[in-house]
Amino acid sequence: MSVGLLLVQTLNGLELGVLLFLIAAGLTLVFGVMDVVNLAHGVQYMLGAYLAVAFAAATGSFWLAVPLAAAASLLLGAVLERLVFRRLVGADHLDQVLATFGLILLAEEGVKLVWGPAPRSLAIPDLLAGTVPLFGGLRYAVYRLAVLGAGLLVAGLLALLIERTRAGMRLRAGASNAAMLSALGVDVGRLFALVLAAGAMLAGFAGAVAAPIVSVDPGMGGPVLILAFVVIVLGGAGSVRGSFLAALLVGLTDTLGRSLLDAALAGALPPAAARTAGPALASMLIYLLMAAVLAFRPGGLLPARGRA
Amino acid sequence: MLEVQDLDAGYGRAQVLFGVSLSISAGETLALLGRNGMGKTTTVRALMGLLRPWRGAVSFAGTRLAGLPPHRIAQAGLGLVPEGRQVFPTLTVAENLAATARPGPWTRARVLALLPRLAERLSHRGLQLSGGEQQMVAIGRALMTNPRLLILDEATEGLAPLMRAEIFRALAALRAEGQAVLIIDKQVAELRRLADRIAVLEKGRVIWHGRSAEADGVERLLHL
Ligand SMILES: Nc1ncnc2c1ncn2[C@@H]1O[C@H](COP(=O)(O)OP(=O)(O)OP(=O)(O)O)[C@@H](O)[C@H]1O
Ligand SMILES: [Mg+2]
Repeated sequence: MSVGLLLVQTLNGLELGVLLFLIAAGLTLVFGVMDVVNLAHGVQYMLGAYLAVAFAAATGSFWLAVPLAAAASLLLGAVLERLVFRRLVGADHLDQVLATFGLILLAEEGVKLVWGPAPRSLAIPDLLAGTVPLFGGLRYAVYRLAVLGAGLLVAGLLALLIERTRAGMRLRAGASNAAMLSALGVDVGRLFALVLAAGAMLAGFAGAVAAPIVSVDPGMGGPVLILAFVVIVLGGAGSVRGSFLAALLVGLTDTLGRSLLDAALAGALPPAAARTAGPALASMLIYLLMAAVLAFRPGGLLPARGRA
Repeated sequence: MLEVQDLDAGYGRAQVLFGVSLSISAGETLALLGRNGMGKTTTVRALMGLLRPWRGAVSFAGTRLAGLPPHRIAQAGLGLVPEGRQVFPTLTVAENLAATARPGPWTRARVLALLPRLAERLSHRGLQLSGGEQQMVAIGRALMTNPRLLILDEATEGLAPLMRAEIFRALAALRAEGQAVLIIDKQVAELRRLADRIAVLEKGRVIWHGRSAEADGVERLLHL
Protein backbone atom coordinates (compact mmCIF):
# COMPACT_ATOMS: atom_id res chain seq x y z
CA MET A 1 0.00 0.00 0.00
CA SER A 2 1.30 3.46 -0.87
CA VAL A 3 2.16 6.07 1.74
CA GLY A 4 -0.60 8.30 0.45
CA LEU A 5 -3.21 5.61 0.83
CA LEU A 6 -1.92 4.86 4.32
CA LEU A 7 -2.38 8.53 5.17
CA VAL A 8 -5.93 8.52 3.82
CA GLN A 9 -6.78 5.43 5.84
CA THR A 10 -5.19 6.91 8.96
CA LEU A 11 -7.34 10.02 8.58
CA ASN A 12 -10.41 7.85 8.08
CA GLY A 13 -9.50 5.86 11.17
CA LEU A 14 -9.06 8.99 13.28
CA GLU A 15 -12.35 10.36 12.03
CA LEU A 16 -14.15 7.14 13.00
CA GLY A 17 -12.29 7.34 16.31
CA VAL A 18 -13.48 10.82 17.24
CA LEU A 19 -17.06 9.96 16.32
CA LEU A 20 -16.82 6.86 18.50
CA PHE A 21 -15.39 8.97 21.29
CA LEU A 22 -18.33 11.41 21.17
CA ILE A 23 -20.66 8.46 21.56
CA ALA A 24 -18.60 6.59 24.15
CA ALA A 25 -18.01 9.60 26.42
CA GLY A 26 -21.56 9.71 27.73
CA LEU A 27 -21.88 5.96 27.78
CA THR A 28 -18.75 5.42 29.87
CA LEU A 29 -19.80 8.01 32.47
CA VAL A 30 -23.33 6.69 32.79
CA PHE A 31 -21.93 3.20 33.22
CA GLY A 32 -18.96 4.21 35.35
CA VAL A 33 -20.74 6.60 37.72
CA MET A 34 -24.17 5.01 38.05
CA ASP A 35 -23.51 1.46 36.90
CA VAL A 36 -26.31 1.77 34.35
CA VAL A 37 -26.00 -0.16 31.08
CA ASN A 38 -27.59 2.02 28.44
CA LEU A 39 -28.14 0.10 25.21
CA ALA A 40 -30.29 2.96 23.94
CA HIS A 41 -27.28 5.26 23.62
CA GLY A 42 -26.88 4.29 19.97
CA VAL A 43 -30.41 5.53 19.43
CA GLN A 44 -29.30 9.02 20.45
CA TYR A 45 -26.74 8.90 17.66
CA MET A 46 -29.34 7.72 15.16
CA LEU A 47 -31.88 10.32 16.27
CA GLY A 48 -29.22 13.02 16.11
CA ALA A 49 -28.72 12.20 12.44
CA TYR A 50 -32.47 12.20 11.70
CA LEU A 51 -32.97 15.43 13.62
CA ALA A 52 -30.18 17.06 11.61
CA VAL A 53 -31.83 15.93 8.36
CA ALA A 54 -35.20 17.24 9.55
CA PHE A 55 -33.87 20.56 10.83
CA ALA A 56 -31.86 21.05 7.64
CA ALA A 57 -35.01 20.50 5.60
CA ALA A 58 -36.98 22.91 7.81
CA THR A 59 -34.41 25.69 8.06
CA GLY A 60 -32.56 25.14 4.80
CA SER A 61 -29.29 25.47 6.66
CA PHE A 62 -26.81 22.80 7.74
CA TRP A 63 -25.26 25.31 10.13
CA LEU A 64 -28.52 25.71 12.02
CA ALA A 65 -29.44 22.05 11.76
CA VAL A 66 -26.42 20.71 13.67
CA PRO A 67 -26.75 22.86 16.82
CA LEU A 68 -30.53 22.41 16.77
CA ALA A 69 -30.11 18.64 16.56
CA ALA A 70 -27.64 18.73 19.46
CA ALA A 71 -30.01 20.86 21.55
CA ALA A 72 -32.95 18.58 20.79
CA SER A 73 -30.81 15.58 21.76
CA LEU A 74 -29.99 17.24 25.08
CA LEU A 75 -33.67 17.80 25.71
CA LEU A 76 -34.53 14.25 24.74
CA GLY A 77 -31.82 12.92 27.04
CA ALA A 78 -33.20 14.97 29.93
CA VAL A 79 -36.74 13.73 29.30
CA LEU A 80 -35.63 10.09 29.03
CA GLU A 81 -33.68 10.48 32.26
CA ARG A 82 -36.85 11.59 34.05
CA LEU A 83 -39.06 8.94 32.51
CA VAL A 84 -36.78 5.93 32.31
CA PHE A 85 -33.17 6.11 33.43
CA ARG A 86 -33.85 7.51 36.89
CA ARG A 87 -35.68 4.28 37.66
CA LEU A 88 -32.84 2.13 36.40
CA VAL A 89 -30.24 3.37 38.87
CA GLY A 90 -29.49 0.53 41.26
CA ALA A 91 -31.57 -1.92 39.23
CA ASP A 92 -30.33 -5.25 37.95
CA HIS A 93 -28.20 -5.12 34.79
CA LEU A 94 -30.72 -7.43 33.16
CA ASP A 95 -33.56 -5.00 33.89
CA GLN A 96 -31.46 -2.19 32.47
CA VAL A 97 -30.76 -4.18 29.33
CA LEU A 98 -34.44 -5.00 28.88
CA ALA A 99 -35.63 -1.44 29.48
CA THR A 100 -33.07 0.19 27.22
CA PHE A 101 -33.56 -2.46 24.55
CA GLY A 102 -37.24 -1.55 24.72
CA LEU A 103 -36.26 2.05 24.05
CA ILE A 104 -34.31 0.95 20.98
CA LEU A 105 -37.33 -0.87 19.53
CA LEU A 106 -39.57 2.08 20.32
CA ALA A 107 -37.20 4.61 18.75
CA GLU A 108 -36.51 2.55 15.62
CA GLU A 109 -40.18 1.90 14.98
CA GLY A 110 -41.00 5.51 15.79
CA VAL A 111 -38.45 6.73 13.26
CA LYS A 112 -39.86 4.38 10.61
CA LEU A 113 -43.34 5.77 11.26
CA VAL A 114 -42.26 9.40 11.02
CA TRP A 115 -39.59 9.29 8.33
CA GLY A 116 -40.19 5.93 6.64
CA PRO A 117 -37.81 2.96 6.44
CA ALA A 118 -35.78 4.23 3.47
CA PRO A 119 -32.34 5.73 4.17
CA ARG A 120 -32.09 9.50 4.25
CA SER A 121 -29.14 11.67 3.50
CA LEU A 122 -27.94 15.13 4.33
CA ALA A 123 -26.10 17.28 1.82
CA ILE A 124 -22.61 18.47 2.67
CA PRO A 125 -22.73 22.26 3.11
CA ASP A 126 -21.13 24.29 0.30
CA LEU A 127 -18.49 25.70 2.60
CA LEU A 128 -17.16 22.23 3.34
CA ALA A 129 -17.70 20.67 -0.09
CA GLY A 130 -14.90 19.46 -2.29
CA THR A 131 -11.53 17.95 -1.57
CA VAL A 132 -8.05 19.03 -0.65
CA PRO A 133 -4.91 17.58 -2.23
CA LEU A 134 -2.76 15.40 0.01
CA PHE A 135 0.21 14.31 -2.10
CA GLY A 136 0.93 11.91 -4.88
CA GLY A 137 -2.27 13.01 -6.58
CA LEU A 138 -4.45 11.81 -3.69
CA ARG A 139 -7.25 14.04 -2.45
CA TYR A 140 -9.22 14.04 0.77
CA ALA A 141 -12.74 15.32 1.45
CA VAL A 142 -12.84 18.66 3.25
CA TYR A 143 -15.95 17.61 5.14
CA ARG A 144 -14.22 14.59 6.63
CA LEU A 145 -11.37 16.78 7.83
CA ALA A 146 -13.94 19.14 9.35
CA VAL A 147 -15.58 16.24 11.21
CA LEU A 148 -12.20 15.22 12.54
CA GLY A 149 -11.48 18.80 13.62
CA ALA A 150 -14.87 19.30 15.23
CA GLY A 151 -14.56 15.99 17.08
CA LEU A 152 -11.13 16.89 18.41
CA LEU A 153 -12.39 20.32 19.44
CA VAL A 154 -15.31 18.85 21.39
CA ALA A 155 -13.00 16.26 22.93
CA GLY A 156 -10.67 19.06 24.02
CA LEU A 157 -13.51 21.05 25.57
CA LEU A 158 -14.74 17.96 27.33
CA ALA A 159 -11.25 17.26 28.66
CA LEU A 160 -11.06 20.81 30.04
CA LEU A 161 -14.44 20.38 31.68
CA ILE A 162 -13.49 17.09 33.25
CA GLU A 163 -9.91 17.89 34.23
CA ARG A 164 -10.26 21.52 35.26
CA THR A 165 -13.69 22.14 36.77
CA ARG A 166 -15.28 21.11 40.03
CA ALA A 167 -18.10 19.37 38.21
CA GLY A 168 -15.41 17.37 36.40
CA MET A 169 -13.72 16.46 39.69
CA ARG A 170 -17.04 15.22 41.00
CA LEU A 171 -17.58 13.14 37.89
CA ARG A 172 -14.21 11.48 38.28
CA ALA A 173 -14.82 11.01 42.00
CA GLY A 174 -18.25 9.52 41.30
CA ALA A 175 -16.82 7.13 38.74
CA SER A 176 -14.64 5.57 41.44
CA ASN A 177 -16.92 5.82 44.49
CA ALA A 178 -20.40 7.28 44.08
CA ALA A 179 -21.56 6.39 47.60
CA MET A 180 -18.67 8.29 49.16
CA LEU A 181 -19.40 11.27 46.95
CA SER A 182 -22.98 11.39 48.15
CA ALA A 183 -21.90 11.00 51.79
CA LEU A 184 -19.87 14.17 51.27
CA GLY A 185 -22.94 16.14 50.21
CA VAL A 186 -23.13 15.75 46.43
CA ASP A 187 -26.51 14.91 44.92
CA VAL A 188 -25.32 12.04 42.75
CA GLY A 189 -28.76 11.64 41.17
CA ARG A 190 -28.59 15.17 39.78
CA LEU A 191 -25.06 14.61 38.58
CA PHE A 192 -26.33 11.49 36.81
CA ALA A 193 -29.13 13.45 35.13
CA LEU A 194 -26.63 16.01 33.85
CA VAL A 195 -24.30 13.32 32.57
CA LEU A 196 -27.09 11.50 30.84
CA ALA A 197 -28.38 14.61 29.10
CA ALA A 198 -24.90 15.80 28.14
CA GLY A 199 -24.02 12.31 26.89
CA ALA A 200 -27.18 12.25 24.77
CA MET A 201 -26.22 15.62 23.34
CA LEU A 202 -22.71 14.43 22.41
CA ALA A 203 -24.08 11.30 20.75
CA GLY A 204 -26.71 13.38 18.95
CA PHE A 205 -24.03 15.78 17.78
CA ALA A 206 -21.97 12.85 16.49
CA GLY A 207 -25.01 11.60 14.57
CA ALA A 208 -25.68 15.06 13.14
CA VAL A 209 -22.15 15.61 11.84
CA ALA A 210 -21.96 12.03 10.57
CA ALA A 211 -25.25 12.39 8.66
CA PRO A 212 -23.68 13.72 5.44
CA ILE A 213 -21.14 10.87 5.24
CA VAL A 214 -23.19 7.87 6.33
CA SER A 215 -26.53 6.49 5.29
CA VAL A 216 -29.12 7.78 7.77
CA ASP A 217 -31.35 4.83 8.56
CA PRO A 218 -33.20 3.50 11.62
CA GLY A 219 -30.63 0.78 12.29
CA MET A 220 -27.53 2.97 12.14
CA GLY A 221 -27.14 3.11 15.92
CA GLY A 222 -26.59 -0.61 16.42
CA PRO A 223 -23.12 -1.20 14.99
CA VAL A 224 -21.91 2.06 16.48
CA LEU A 225 -23.20 1.06 19.92
CA ILE A 226 -21.25 -2.19 19.80
CA LEU A 227 -18.07 -0.35 18.88
CA ALA A 228 -18.75 2.17 21.64
CA PHE A 229 -19.03 -0.63 24.19
CA VAL A 230 -15.72 -2.03 22.99
CA VAL A 231 -14.30 1.46 23.49
CA ILE A 232 -15.51 1.85 27.06
CA VAL A 233 -14.35 -1.60 28.10
CA LEU A 234 -11.00 -1.00 26.44
CA GLY A 235 -10.62 2.48 27.92
CA GLY A 236 -11.78 1.57 31.42
CA ALA A 237 -15.42 2.16 32.37
CA GLY A 238 -15.93 5.65 33.77
CA SER A 239 -12.73 7.07 32.32
CA VAL A 240 -13.30 9.69 29.62
CA ARG A 241 -9.60 10.01 28.96
CA GLY A 242 -9.38 6.23 28.59
CA SER A 243 -12.31 6.33 26.17
CA PHE A 244 -10.55 8.91 24.04
CA LEU A 245 -7.44 6.75 23.72
CA ALA A 246 -9.48 3.63 23.14
CA ALA A 247 -11.75 5.29 20.57
CA LEU A 248 -8.81 6.40 18.45
CA LEU A 249 -7.25 2.96 18.83
CA VAL A 250 -10.44 1.22 17.74
CA GLY A 251 -11.02 3.63 14.86
CA LEU A 252 -7.48 3.18 13.58
CA THR A 253 -7.42 -0.58 14.10
CA ASP A 254 -10.69 -1.04 12.32
CA THR A 255 -9.91 1.21 9.35
CA LEU A 256 -6.21 0.56 8.90
CA GLY A 257 -6.58 -3.11 9.79
CA ARG A 258 -9.07 -3.63 7.01
CA SER A 259 -6.92 -2.13 4.30
CA LEU A 260 -3.61 -3.55 5.52
CA LEU A 261 -5.17 -6.98 5.86
CA ASP A 262 -6.64 -6.76 2.37
CA ALA A 263 -3.23 -5.88 0.99
CA ALA A 264 -1.47 -8.62 2.96
CA LEU A 265 -3.97 -11.33 2.08
CA ALA A 266 -4.00 -10.35 -1.57
CA GLY A 267 -0.28 -11.12 -1.61
CA ALA A 268 -0.56 -14.42 0.26
CA LEU A 269 -3.78 -16.04 -0.92
CA PRO A 270 -5.49 -16.64 -4.23
CA PRO A 271 -7.77 -13.65 -5.02
CA ALA A 272 -11.07 -15.45 -4.34
CA ALA A 273 -9.94 -16.70 -0.93
CA ALA A 274 -8.50 -13.29 -0.04
CA ARG A 275 -11.78 -11.61 -0.91
CA THR A 276 -13.73 -13.77 1.56
CA ALA A 277 -11.11 -14.12 4.30
CA GLY A 278 -10.25 -10.40 4.38
CA PRO A 279 -13.50 -8.90 5.64
CA ALA A 280 -14.09 -11.81 8.03
CA LEU A 281 -10.71 -11.36 9.68
CA ALA A 282 -10.95 -7.59 9.63
CA SER A 283 -14.18 -7.48 11.58
CA MET A 284 -12.51 -9.59 14.27
CA LEU A 285 -9.56 -7.25 14.64
CA ILE A 286 -10.98 -4.89 17.25
CA TYR A 287 -12.09 -7.82 19.39
CA LEU A 288 -8.61 -9.27 19.18
CA LEU A 289 -7.32 -5.85 20.21
CA MET A 290 -9.74 -5.80 23.12
CA ALA A 291 -8.77 -9.29 24.25
CA ALA A 292 -5.08 -8.45 24.02
CA VAL A 293 -5.42 -5.25 26.05
CA LEU A 294 -7.63 -6.84 28.69
CA ALA A 295 -5.23 -9.75 29.09
CA PHE A 296 -2.61 -7.30 30.31
CA ARG A 297 -4.82 -4.60 31.83
CA PRO A 298 -8.07 -6.19 33.03
CA GLY A 299 -9.44 -2.81 34.12
CA GLY A 300 -8.87 -1.25 30.71
CA LEU A 301 -6.27 1.29 29.63
CA LEU A 302 -7.04 3.96 32.26
CA PRO A 303 -9.36 2.49 34.90
CA ALA A 304 -11.49 5.08 36.70
CA ARG A 305 -11.35 3.14 39.94
CA GLY A 306 -7.61 3.58 40.13
CA ARG A 307 -6.56 -0.04 40.12
CA ALA A 308 -8.69 -2.68 38.53
CA MET B 1 -26.98 18.81 68.65
CA LEU B 2 -27.18 15.18 67.43
CA GLU B 3 -29.86 13.01 69.01
CA VAL B 4 -30.18 9.35 68.07
CA GLN B 5 -33.11 7.55 69.61
CA ASP B 6 -33.92 3.86 69.56
CA LEU B 7 -32.22 3.16 66.28
CA ASP B 8 -32.73 -0.26 64.70
CA ALA B 9 -30.90 -1.14 61.51
CA GLY B 10 -29.47 -4.11 59.67
CA TYR B 11 -28.63 -5.71 56.35
CA GLY B 12 -31.30 -7.65 54.50
CA ARG B 13 -33.19 -9.47 57.23
CA ALA B 14 -30.29 -9.57 59.68
CA GLN B 15 -30.78 -6.99 62.41
CA VAL B 16 -27.52 -5.47 63.63
CA LEU B 17 -28.57 -2.47 65.76
CA PHE B 18 -31.09 -2.85 68.55
CA GLY B 19 -32.41 0.42 69.96
CA VAL B 20 -29.21 2.43 69.83
CA SER B 21 -29.49 5.86 71.49
CA LEU B 22 -26.71 8.44 71.49
CA SER B 23 -26.39 12.18 71.85
CA ILE B 24 -23.66 14.69 71.13
CA SER B 25 -23.82 18.35 72.08
CA ALA B 26 -22.08 21.20 70.32
CA GLY B 27 -18.33 21.19 70.86
CA GLU B 28 -18.36 17.73 72.38
CA THR B 29 -16.31 14.65 71.46
CA LEU B 30 -18.03 11.29 71.82
CA ALA B 31 -16.06 8.06 71.45
CA LEU B 32 -17.97 5.01 70.28
CA LEU B 33 -16.21 1.84 71.41
CA GLY B 34 -16.85 -1.82 70.78
CA ARG B 35 -15.10 -4.96 69.65
CA ASN B 36 -15.09 -6.08 66.00
CA GLY B 37 -18.48 -6.59 64.45
CA MET B 38 -20.46 -4.97 67.27
CA GLY B 39 -22.19 -2.46 65.00
CA LYS B 40 -20.09 0.72 65.13
CA THR B 41 -19.81 1.12 61.35
CA THR B 42 -23.44 0.14 60.95
CA THR B 43 -24.38 2.95 63.33
CA VAL B 44 -22.37 5.43 61.27
CA ARG B 45 -23.86 4.19 58.02
CA ALA B 46 -27.37 4.51 59.43
CA LEU B 47 -26.64 8.05 60.66
CA MET B 48 -25.29 9.08 57.26
CA GLY B 49 -28.22 7.59 55.36
CA LEU B 50 -25.93 5.10 53.63
CA LEU B 51 -28.10 2.44 55.24
CA ARG B 52 -31.78 3.07 55.76
CA PRO B 53 -32.70 2.85 59.47
CA TRP B 54 -35.52 0.40 60.20
CA ARG B 55 -36.85 2.29 63.15
CA GLY B 56 -35.93 5.15 65.44
CA ALA B 57 -35.24 8.85 65.15
CA VAL B 58 -32.14 10.81 64.24
CA SER B 59 -32.29 14.55 64.64
CA PHE B 60 -29.54 17.05 64.12
CA ALA B 61 -29.84 20.68 65.22
CA GLY B 62 -33.60 20.38 64.91
CA THR B 63 -33.63 18.63 61.49
CA ARG B 64 -34.94 15.08 61.25
CA LEU B 65 -32.35 13.06 59.38
CA ALA B 66 -33.63 9.48 59.43
CA GLY B 67 -34.77 8.52 55.93
CA LEU B 68 -33.05 11.39 54.12
CA PRO B 69 -30.57 10.56 51.34
CA PRO B 70 -26.85 10.81 52.26
CA HIS B 71 -26.22 14.08 50.44
CA ARG B 72 -28.99 15.83 52.38
CA ILE B 73 -27.61 14.50 55.65
CA ALA B 74 -24.12 15.67 54.74
CA GLN B 75 -25.50 19.07 53.78
CA ALA B 76 -27.21 19.27 57.17
CA GLY B 77 -23.72 19.31 58.68
CA LEU B 78 -22.35 15.78 59.12
CA GLY B 79 -18.84 15.26 57.77
CA LEU B 80 -17.75 11.64 57.31
CA VAL B 81 -14.28 10.11 57.48
CA PRO B 82 -15.29 6.57 56.56
CA GLU B 83 -13.89 3.22 57.51
CA GLY B 84 -11.26 2.31 54.93
CA ARG B 85 -10.61 6.04 54.19
CA GLN B 86 -12.14 5.84 50.69
CA VAL B 87 -10.05 8.63 49.23
CA PHE B 88 -10.92 9.17 45.55
CA PRO B 89 -8.06 7.24 43.91
CA THR B 90 -7.81 9.06 40.57
CA LEU B 91 -8.15 12.56 42.03
CA THR B 92 -5.15 14.45 43.34
CA VAL B 93 -4.98 15.44 46.98
CA ALA B 94 -5.89 19.02 46.04
CA GLU B 95 -8.89 17.74 44.07
CA ASN B 96 -9.96 15.39 46.85
CA LEU B 97 -10.08 18.41 49.14
CA ALA B 98 -11.80 20.72 46.65
CA ALA B 99 -14.34 18.45 44.97
CA THR B 100 -16.88 18.45 47.80
CA ALA B 101 -15.85 21.61 49.69
CA ARG B 102 -18.58 23.90 50.99
CA PRO B 103 -18.07 27.49 52.14
CA GLY B 104 -17.28 28.14 55.80
CA PRO B 105 -14.39 28.63 58.19
CA TRP B 106 -12.54 25.55 56.94
CA THR B 107 -10.48 26.46 53.89
CA ARG B 108 -7.66 24.59 52.22
CA ALA B 109 -5.09 26.80 53.94
CA ARG B 110 -6.53 25.96 57.33
CA VAL B 111 -6.68 22.25 56.56
CA LEU B 112 -3.04 22.30 55.46
CA ALA B 113 -2.09 24.12 58.66
CA LEU B 114 -3.77 21.36 60.64
CA LEU B 115 -2.34 18.54 58.50
CA PRO B 116 0.96 19.96 57.17
CA ARG B 117 2.04 16.65 55.65
CA LEU B 118 -0.62 17.10 52.95
CA ALA B 119 0.96 20.32 51.71
CA GLU B 120 3.80 18.36 50.07
CA ARG B 121 1.39 15.90 48.49
CA LEU B 122 -1.14 18.20 46.85
CA SER B 123 -0.45 17.02 43.31
CA HIS B 124 -0.23 13.30 44.16
CA ARG B 125 -3.14 11.07 43.29
CA GLY B 126 -5.11 9.33 46.02
CA LEU B 127 -3.80 5.92 45.02
CA GLN B 128 -0.20 7.07 45.36
CA LEU B 129 -0.52 7.91 49.06
CA SER B 130 0.41 5.93 52.16
CA GLY B 131 -2.37 4.84 54.50
CA GLY B 132 -1.63 7.65 56.93
CA GLU B 133 -1.62 10.24 54.18
CA GLN B 134 -4.90 8.87 52.86
CA GLN B 135 -6.42 9.18 56.30
CA MET B 136 -5.27 12.80 56.47
CA VAL B 137 -6.85 13.46 53.09
CA ALA B 138 -10.07 11.86 54.31
CA ILE B 139 -10.06 14.09 57.39
CA GLY B 140 -9.20 17.21 55.40
CA ARG B 141 -11.84 16.38 52.80
CA ALA B 142 -14.50 16.04 55.50
CA LEU B 143 -13.42 19.29 57.17
CA MET B 144 -13.61 21.15 53.87
CA THR B 145 -17.35 20.38 53.79
CA ASN B 146 -17.46 22.53 56.93
CA PRO B 147 -19.36 20.02 59.04
CA ARG B 148 -20.88 20.86 62.38
CA LEU B 149 -20.19 17.29 63.42
CA LEU B 150 -17.16 15.37 62.23
CA ILE B 151 -17.57 11.59 62.22
CA LEU B 152 -14.46 9.40 62.10
CA ASP B 153 -14.90 5.65 61.67
CA GLU B 154 -11.60 3.94 62.59
CA ALA B 155 -9.59 7.13 62.90
CA THR B 156 -6.17 5.48 63.09
CA GLU B 157 -6.68 1.82 62.14
CA GLY B 158 -3.68 0.20 60.53
CA LEU B 159 -1.43 3.24 60.86
CA ALA B 160 2.15 3.45 62.11
CA PRO B 161 2.55 4.90 65.62
CA LEU B 162 3.97 8.16 64.30
CA MET B 163 1.01 8.75 61.98
CA ARG B 164 -1.37 7.73 64.71
CA ALA B 165 0.14 10.33 67.04
CA GLU B 166 -0.09 13.00 64.33
CA ILE B 167 -3.76 12.28 63.77
CA PHE B 168 -4.58 12.28 67.47
CA ARG B 169 -2.73 15.59 67.77
CA ALA B 170 -4.87 17.05 64.97
CA LEU B 171 -8.03 15.75 66.62
CA ALA B 172 -7.04 17.29 69.95
CA ALA B 173 -6.54 20.60 68.14
CA LEU B 174 -10.01 20.27 66.59
CA ARG B 175 -11.52 19.61 69.96
CA ALA B 176 -9.80 22.66 71.42
CA GLU B 177 -11.38 24.74 68.65
CA GLY B 178 -14.82 23.50 69.64
CA GLN B 179 -15.43 21.10 66.74
CA ALA B 180 -17.98 18.42 67.66
CA VAL B 181 -16.65 14.92 66.92
CA LEU B 182 -17.94 11.36 66.90
CA ILE B 183 -14.91 9.09 66.88
CA ILE B 184 -14.51 5.34 66.52
CA ASP B 185 -11.12 3.76 67.12
CA LYS B 186 -9.49 0.82 68.84
CA GLN B 187 -7.01 2.94 70.82
CA VAL B 188 -8.96 3.03 74.05
CA ALA B 189 -6.36 4.89 76.11
CA GLU B 190 -6.05 7.64 73.49
CA LEU B 191 -9.81 7.94 73.18
CA ARG B 192 -10.27 8.24 76.92
CA ARG B 193 -7.85 11.15 76.87
CA LEU B 194 -9.51 12.79 73.84
CA ALA B 195 -13.22 12.24 74.34
CA ASP B 196 -15.61 13.96 76.70
CA ARG B 197 -17.91 10.99 76.77
CA ILE B 198 -17.78 7.34 75.82
CA ALA B 199 -20.41 4.88 74.65
CA VAL B 200 -19.78 1.15 74.37
CA LEU B 201 -21.57 -1.00 71.80
CA GLU B 202 -21.99 -4.72 72.31
CA LYS B 203 -23.93 -6.77 69.77
CA GLY B 204 -25.77 -3.71 68.53
CA ARG B 205 -26.75 -2.35 71.93
CA VAL B 206 -25.27 0.49 73.96
CA ILE B 207 -24.22 -1.34 77.12
CA TRP B 208 -22.47 1.57 78.81
CA HIS B 209 -22.17 5.27 78.40
CA GLY B 210 -20.78 8.02 80.56
CA ARG B 211 -18.01 10.54 80.99
CA SER B 212 -14.48 9.52 80.01
CA ALA B 213 -13.27 10.31 83.51
CA GLU B 214 -15.66 7.70 84.87
CA ALA B 215 -14.87 5.04 82.28
CA ASP B 216 -12.48 2.97 84.38
CA GLY B 217 -14.39 -0.23 83.73
CA VAL B 218 -14.46 0.20 79.95
CA GLU B 219 -11.43 -1.94 79.22
CA ARG B 220 -13.11 -4.85 80.99
CA LEU B 221 -16.31 -4.30 79.04
CA LEU B 222 -14.25 -4.51 75.87
CA HIS B 223 -12.55 -7.68 77.12
CA LEU B 224 -9.16 -6.05 76.91
N1 LIG C 1 -22.78 -5.25 54.19
C1 LIG C 1 -23.12 -6.11 55.17
N2 LIG C 1 -23.99 -7.11 54.93
C2 LIG C 1 -24.36 -7.98 55.91
N3 LIG C 1 -23.89 -7.92 57.17
C3 LIG C 1 -23.01 -6.97 57.48
C4 LIG C 1 -22.58 -6.00 56.49
N4 LIG C 1 -21.71 -5.16 57.07
C5 LIG C 1 -21.61 -5.57 58.35
N5 LIG C 1 -22.38 -6.65 58.61
C6 LIG C 1 -22.53 -7.33 59.90
O1 LIG C 1 -23.03 -6.40 60.84
C7 LIG C 1 -22.40 -6.58 62.07
C8 LIG C 1 -21.81 -5.26 62.54
O2 LIG C 1 -20.80 -4.85 61.64
P1 LIG C 1 -20.10 -3.44 61.73
O3 LIG C 1 -19.30 -3.28 60.50
O4 LIG C 1 -21.10 -2.41 62.05
O5 LIG C 1 -19.14 -3.67 62.97
P2 LIG C 1 -18.03 -2.72 63.56
O6 LIG C 1 -18.36 -2.54 64.99
O7 LIG C 1 -17.85 -1.52 62.74
O8 LIG C 1 -16.75 -3.68 63.45
P3 LIG C 1 -15.20 -3.33 63.13
O9 LIG C 1 -14.61 -2.92 64.45
O10 LIG C 1 -14.64 -4.63 62.66
O11 LIG C 1 -15.17 -2.25 62.12
C9 LIG C 1 -21.36 -7.66 61.90
O12 LIG C 1 -21.90 -8.86 62.41
C10 LIG C 1 -21.18 -7.76 60.41
O13 LIG C 1 -20.88 -9.07 60.05
MG1 LIG D 1 -16.33 -0.80 61.61
